Amino acid sequence: MKIIVAIKQVPERDAQLKITPDGKGIDDADLSYTINEPDAYALEEALQLKEKNGGEVIVLCAGPERVASTLREALAKGADRAIHIVADDLAQRDTLSLARLLADTIRAESPDLILTGLQSDDLGLGQTGVILAELLGIPHATIIMQVEVTPAGLRVKRELEDGFFQHVDMPLPALLTIQSGGNKLRYATLMGIKKARSKPTATLPGAPSTSPPTIELVRVYLPEKQKRTQMLTGTPAEIAAQLVEKLQSEVHVL
Amino acid sequence: MSGVLVVLERRNAAITRTSFEALAAGQSLAKQLSLECSAAILGESIAALAGELSGKQLASIHAVEHPLLQQYTADGTTTALQQLIAKLAPAYVLFPHTYQVRDFAPALSTRFGQVLISDVTAIHDGPTFVRQLFQGKLNADYRPVPQPVKAPCFVSIQAGAFRTDSLETATTPAPIESFSPSIEPAQIRTTPSAPFRESAHTVDLASAPVIVSVGRGIREQDNIALAQALADALGAELAASRPICDAGWLPMERQVGSSGQTVSPKLYLAIGISGAIQHLVGMKGSKTVIAINKDQNAPIFEVADYGVAADLFEIVPALTKAILAAKS
Repeated sequence: MKIIVAIKQVPERDAQLKITPDGKGIDDADLSYTINEPDAYALEEALQLKEKNGGEVIVLCAGPERVASTLREALAKGADRAIHIVADDLAQRDTLSLARLLADTIRAESPDLILTGLQSDDLGLGQTGVILAELLGIPHATIIMQVEVTPAGLRVKRELEDGFFQHVDMPLPALLTIQSGGNKLRYATLMGIKKARSKPTATLPGAPSTSPPTIELVRVYLPEKQKRTQMLTGTPAEIAAQLVEKLQSEVHVL
Repeated sequence: MSGVLVVLERRNAAITRTSFEALAAGQSLAKQLSLECSAAILGESIAALAGELSGKQLASIHAVEHPLLQQYTADGTTTALQQLIAKLAPAYVLFPHTYQVRDFAPALSTRFGQVLISDVTAIHDGPTFVRQLFQGKLNADYRPVPQPVKAPCFVSIQAGAFRTDSLETATTPAPIESFSPSIEPAQIRTTPSAPFRESAHTVDLASAPVIVSVGRGIREQDNIALAQALADALGAELAASRPICDAGWLPMERQVGSSGQTVSPKLYLAIGISGAIQHLVGMKGSKTVIAINKDQNAPIFEVADYGVAADLFEIVPALTKAILAAKS
């Protein structure tokens, strides 16, 4: 089975985010980046499917020079090869334009299965996977916890709301967006890191966007507080004493 | 027409609460733009459901009926709505931001060459649509770009962002218009099974009066004991955000959030939880929220009554000790 995992590189989770002077984006000067966590689960699912059923795992990422490090890390974890679509204009593209870029490359590879995380930790639009499936004309299922290969294609376990799940059967080729927690993430081993150096990474130029964006981000800002939060300060013992006082006299749980 | 169309979701034989919230958003947007607001609901036979809407201020209710819409599939829903939207040509199409909408709305928008503005928390004049970035650390205003070929703007509304008590009612019931999409069985490429629950919920967090909840900031499985000791001192249930359950440090049934349980205790004590929206939707009904997190910009502080921006490994043991001392 030939599997493509579409991954995104995002700022580290605890990054201190600074808004750019034009108020339309994030200052990326001092940011460090990592793989989008749901995409890490998509990669894990792909590697396990390969271990069970054989085949090839290809990691795909669009972005500037810096995304090469995230692709290398995926190779070290066990992906067979990487494709880097070099694109410096991600901020100018909407999700559809980015998905078109990915779809053109995926089409040329004709994979059996495409996996991606259910959403990104930075923009959180949660749409790239479903748009890709639509552009490629293949069936999809979202928020997937488990994947099983069947004679007819796939049987997946889809997470629903309120603790419900559902099995969905579908033919291949197909696209799945993967939820976190279905598998345990692996670390790259020293051997894996060494091997990754000899694995191929294809670098493709990203075609400029042919259509203007359909939605536009006009302003980024800090959210207003919904509640007036009283911040407690002092030594740990002082803070604990203040909290106990609140628990007794205001919250009435002590 | 060129109004606002709100696509509602049903579960079993009822329209969901988040659908009514999306309807409130749709009415408010329509008012702002002096447009008409109408609603659509899909199913095999939904006359009774459409009746649930008859008291609401709506220009019309579109009953989209087809045997292949009885059970949800992305293909069936996308095909049916594509035809309805092509016929009605609305300026805006709104949805509740649910798991189901996330499954089909991006594909539907793509068919019209558009990108869904997903998970919107507010609508301002313009209109501009507010959504969260970086798990709630930042907000962003989005605007549809005027298109050379007229196409609707697709928007999904976050649960809890609009209130159903602001829904405008009408004295005369809105007309129900039947719409029969053409869907071929071969167009539906996936075969869904009936929804099921993994195990009976043995932990009922929903009725717990006090909850101590732990997040990524706890760092290691062994440290869960710190939170457990605090919960024991308070007589509280122990809960967690998703990453803790994903890692297997606590069972999934102790998860609070959009994919776990929704709670509304008297006290919710959040330890090392940053406050991603998926978590906040599960706990923002709590009466009092105390948050302990070392990042003073963590979004959990936006919903907390009392905040402690400090190292939980210093604060939690001190607090446990102080509670035990106060009780004895």
